[in-house]
This record gives sequence, C-alpha cells and structure tokens, in this order.
Amino acid sequence: MDVDLMLRVYPYFLQAAWVTIELSVLTTILGLTCGTLGAAARLSRFRVLRIIGATYVSLIRGTPALIQLFILYFGGPQIGIQLDAFEAGVIGLGVNIGAYMTETIRGSIIAIDKGQSEAARTVGLSKMQAMRHVILPQAMRLMIRPLGVNINALIKGTALVAAISVVELTYTAQRYIGSTYRPFEMFLLSGVLYMVIIYVTGRGVAWLDRKARIV
Amino acid sequence: MTDTQHFVEIRHAQKAYGDLEVLKDISLNVERGQIVAIIGPSGSGKSTLLRAINDLDALTSGEIWLDGVQVNKTLPHRQYEKHINQMRQQIGMVFQHFNLFPHLNVRDNVTMAPKLLKGISKAEADTLAEEQLAHVGMLERIDFYPSQLSGGQKQRVAIARALAMKPKLMLFDEATSALDPELVEEVNLVMKKLAEEDMTMIIVTHEMDFAASVCDRVLFMDQGVVVEEGPPEKIFRNPDKDRTREFLRKHLEGAK
Amino acid sequence: MGLDFSVVPQFYDIILIGVLWTVAITVASALLSFFGGIVFAVVALYGHWSIRLPFRGFAWLFMGTPLLLQLFLIYFGLVQIGVDLPAFVAGVIGLGLHFAVYNSELIQTAIIAVDKGQMEAARTLGLSNGQALRKVVIPQAVRDVLPPIGNNMIALLKDSALVSVIGVSELTLSAQRAIGRTYRPFEFYVVAAACYYIINLGMEAVLRRIERRTALSR
Repeated sequence: MDVDLMLRVYPYFLQAAWVTIELSVLTTILGLTCGTLGAAARLSRFRVLRIIGATYVSLIRGTPALIQLFILYFGGPQIGIQLDAFEAGVIGLGVNIGAYMTETIRGSIIAIDKGQSEAARTVGLSKMQAMRHVILPQAMRLMIRPLGVNINALIKGTALVAAISVVELTYTAQRYIGSTYRPFEMFLLSGVLYMVIIYVTGRGVAWLDRKARIV
Repeated sequence: MTDTQHFVEIRHAQKAYGDLEVLKDISLNVERGQIVAIIGPSGSGKSTLLRAINDLDALTSGEIWLDGVQVNKTLPHRQYEKHINQMRQQIGMVFQHFNLFPHLNVRDNVTMAPKLLKGISKAEADTLAEEQLAHVGMLERIDFYPSQLSGGQKQRVAIARALAMKPKLMLFDEATSALDPELVEEVNLVMKKLAEEDMTMIIVTHEMDFAASVCDRVLFMDQGVVVEEGPPEKIFRNPDKDRTREFLRKHLEGAK
Repeated sequence: MGLDFSVVPQFYDIILIGVLWTVAITVASALLSFFGGIVFAVVALYGHWSIRLPFRGFAWLFMGTPLLLQLFLIYFGLVQIGVDLPAFVAGVIGLGLHFAVYNSELIQTAIIAVDKGQMEAARTLGLSNGQALRKVVIPQAVRDVLPPIGNNMIALLKDSALVSVIGVSELTLSAQRAIGRTYRPFEFYVVAAACYYIINLGMEAVLRRIERRTALSR
C-alpha cells in the first residue's frame, strides 16, 4: 500500500467529501419535502391527488436513479430546463429519494392504530386537527428510523452524480484511480470518508430516535 | 321535520357492506337520562349500531337524531365535516381498547379537545382536568402517561376525556371487555356513578349483571335486527323470544 | 430543440440488444447475490474467526460505500493485478457481491430466527450439523426472507444501469450510443426508462408468483 501517495492526495478527497456532504444535506431537505407532499397526496381524499402521488412513486421507484439524472441533466435543455451538474444532482436525487420517503412517511402514518383517529374524531376534532395533534406526533416517532435508512441510501446514492462530473468523492476517487493506477488506495481513502459521513449521520438519527422515545 | 319527541331517535337505520346487511331497519328511541344496554352475540350488529350514532360508521340509510338535531344530515362535504364535529362534541364515546393518546399524559389526554375546540385557557383546562379526573378517581395520576396505567385506570381516564367535552350522551362500546376481571369493577363503579347523575347512556356490553343493575332498558340484537327489548327484569328473567332465551342460556354457560 | 420521438424506431435493434444485456446481467448478478448471500450468511454465523472477522470487515465496507465506487475498485483493481476480465464479468461480480452482502444480512437474521427445535429435531434424526443446516434450517430461513430478497433484486435491476459507467454495454449504454448519433438525450433516456419500468413490472409479477407459491408450504 502506497501510504505516501495517500498522504499526498488526501486533501483533495477531504475537499470532495465536503461536496458529498453538501449534496447529502440539500438532497435530504428536498427529499423530505417531496416525501411529505407525496405522502399527503397519497393519503388525500381527492382521487386525482392520490393518483398523482401513486404515479410519482411508481415511476421513480420503477426506473434507475441514474437514468432519471441523465434525463434531467442531458435531456433537460431540450425542454427548457438548464441546470448545472450540481443543481441537477440535487434535484434529481432529491426527487428520487422523495419517492422512497413518501412510502416511509405514508407507512408510518397508516401504521398508527385506527382507534387513535376514531378517538380524536369522537371528541369532535376535525380530520386536520386529528392528524396534527394525534396522528402526526405519533407517526413522527415511528418514521425517524426508516427515514434514517432512506438517508443512508441517499448518501451512498450521491455517488451517482460522478456520472455527470460533479467533483464529489466518487468522481475524485475515479479520477485519481485513472491518474495513479492505485485503485485500492483511492478506494480506501474515499471509502473511509463515506463511512465517516454515514456513521455520524447514523448517530444523529439514533439520537433523534432516542429523544423522541423518551415518554 | 324537527318535531322530535325523543332525546335520541334512530329511525330505520340500515347498513350494508355490499350484499352483507349488518343492520336491518332498526328504530330506537332513548329518553333523556335513560340508560339503555344493547346485548347480543358478536356479529349481531350492536357495535355497528352504536358507532352509527356518532357516524363513526355511516349508515347506508336511516336517520339519527339527538335532541332535535339530525346527526347524519345530508350536507356538502365541508359543511358536513363542520356539522358532525359539532355533533360529536355532544356525544362522548368510550372504546373497548381505550384509545388513549400514548404521546400525551393523562392531563393532556383530557384537555386536548376542550383546548382546541372550546378555546379554554390553560388555567381553565387544568381545573377541568382536575375536576374530571377527580370524578373518575384518577386525579393522582394526572401527570402519568397512558403506558404507565393499568387497563382499568386507562378506561377511567378515557371516560374523563369524554366527559371533559360535557356531552349530552355517552356511548360505551364494550368498555370492560378488554379488562382483566379484577379491573372491571372500578370501571363499572364509574359508570354507575354517571348513571346516578342522570347521564343519558347507551351501552354495548357483555356483562348481564351490570346491565341488569343499572339499565332502564335492554335491547337484544341478533343478525342485524332488534329481536326483543324491554326492562331488564323482563329480558333477563322472562324473555318472550326463543332466540333471546337461547342467547342468555349460552351466555350463562360460557360465564361458568 | 424540441422533442422528436420519431427518431427512436430506427434504433430499436440497439435498444433491444441493450434490454437483453440488462436482463442478462440482472439475472446473472441476482443468482450470484442469492447464492453468495447464503454462503456469506453461513460464513458470518458459523465460520472460523479467522475467516469470519475479515468477512465482517468486508461486509462493513461494502454496506458503507457506494456501489459505483465499488464498481470502479473491482474494474480497475482487477486490471491492476493483471486479471483482464471482460467488462460484463466485472459488472456481474460487482453487482453480485454488493447485493450478496445485503442478502446475507437478511438471511443471517432469518437463520437465527428459525426455531431452535428445528435444528434439534434434525440432529435427533441423525443428520450432521452441516446437513441439518443445508436441508432444514437454510431452506426455511431463505423462504422467510424471500420478499425482502425480492426487493433487493428489483433494486439490483435498477442499479445495473451503473455498470454502463465501466463500459458494460447494457440498456443505459445503448441509449448513450443512440444519443451519440442523434444528439437526442431526452428521447432515448425516456425510452430507456420506459424499458426499465417494463422489466421492473415483469420482475415484480414473477416475484409475486414465487412468493405465492412458497407461501403454500408454510
């Protein structure tokens, strides 16, 4: 193992790791937004919204994220959407993970016992009030862990934007593999950084989960 | 059409799931302060009837009236939502499985709805909670969470939660069926107390002794119809119908 | 530049070949990930510590890093140590190993969950430890986790698009070839997406059928 080489190039990997973190944070925010809207649509009493929500989930989950990214980045200009690679990456990955989060959030909401909404409704709460004061506070606790799984997948998923030349960790690893012919060392450098990011995120999720459970 | 003479009126209630008819043209009147028990085998439609009174399970046809107002009025969605929430505030309900809100402590379980719907202040809410919980003997558990209570205690809190809305009518859906035998009595005592305070109550129950001791009238339901109704002495001692007799005999055997 | 799907039909043969390769790589990797998953699970649970520990490290590394990065490692790494595999084989190994690790996690949990009485019953009949594992415990464990393994296979189909990056000519690369000649990325990527979607539906149908069949033997 060429440790000297690793020591020489690791600052570039650190820089790239920041880009991966930025991508992950922005994608998480967009994904949670899409997931919340998607779940609201799927649980709506309006058929049209339910169909839109179901179509979103089905199309996104039924096709590769890489292709979605390519359609947005390379195909976007044809329909008047001009994005730079980073923007396309965030939007493409965010909308993608949003479909998975839709199902997580929806699943947590419908997992709350029917008796809860019945009890809320019998004291005269409206559907919205029952959702806000009774169902959501309970569903939120339930969804922290599975959303953590989604976010874990999302962090690894940010590697896809290497294919549209965003200079993040995987792209950097690939470039240095090409120039140094040292695949294992470069893999190790970027791999460790990914694992650090994932580990810290995982601790954060576990902390939130514990906090939400103190009752 | 609001010439209701009776406090609660159920007119020609009918409910079907596809081809399966679970309520077949049931009519029933309950006067203010009366306590009515509904008994019958499982699947007889007794819970469905109870849940139709506050429209948790909507009827296929028929009308429910409470104190001169139709509960299940035909209205556009938005208006109906408003109307039914108003009506439900006047109809308390207690469930077999308590359905307390696990994320709220006892106090907040009792005061959430009054705070949201009646806009009472925090101080008023606290007084209300203390009052209602004292009533069911649960004052000392006011800061506990539902998971820290026994089944009987949970059910008493659930009753306090319903009473906090100052309902005109209370519905009990097998309120003691999920309890261990030794916990049944404490809930029955609370219900008896309510009866003595002239609360109007409709009770679905399996407990014939309790029904006999507190109710003014007993309805026996089977297969979606009211087979027989009358004062408890009559229904339990000397029923007219064979089906009633059969059910009571089987029930008695089961209880042994 | 508007959209014009009329150029698509003349490339149908390229697309069709791409579809076939995608199906081939998915099936091959799925098989590798399935049997690899079983082997990994047994190693992780029953292997000697000198095998078990490095294996845990390997699993940990594979679950904590992106698939794309792993594909680069395998593809370029193999070249570096002098093994010049065709891209297709490298792709199958990468995808197969990646999902084998995930399947192995599922199967391990399921093996532990299989009733201890099953193992004891098999041993009292005179089966050896290995036989009991092979004939009694593992079949039950695998059956129990078939639905989540099925989900992994569907994820595998979608992730197979990644091997285009190391030059495996499957559907995504086919689309890129057609785009190279027509400069119509939107049209061809949408067509590729539609193909994936259809294969996906087909896979789901097959998995549902398998699940129904195995459900009978419960």
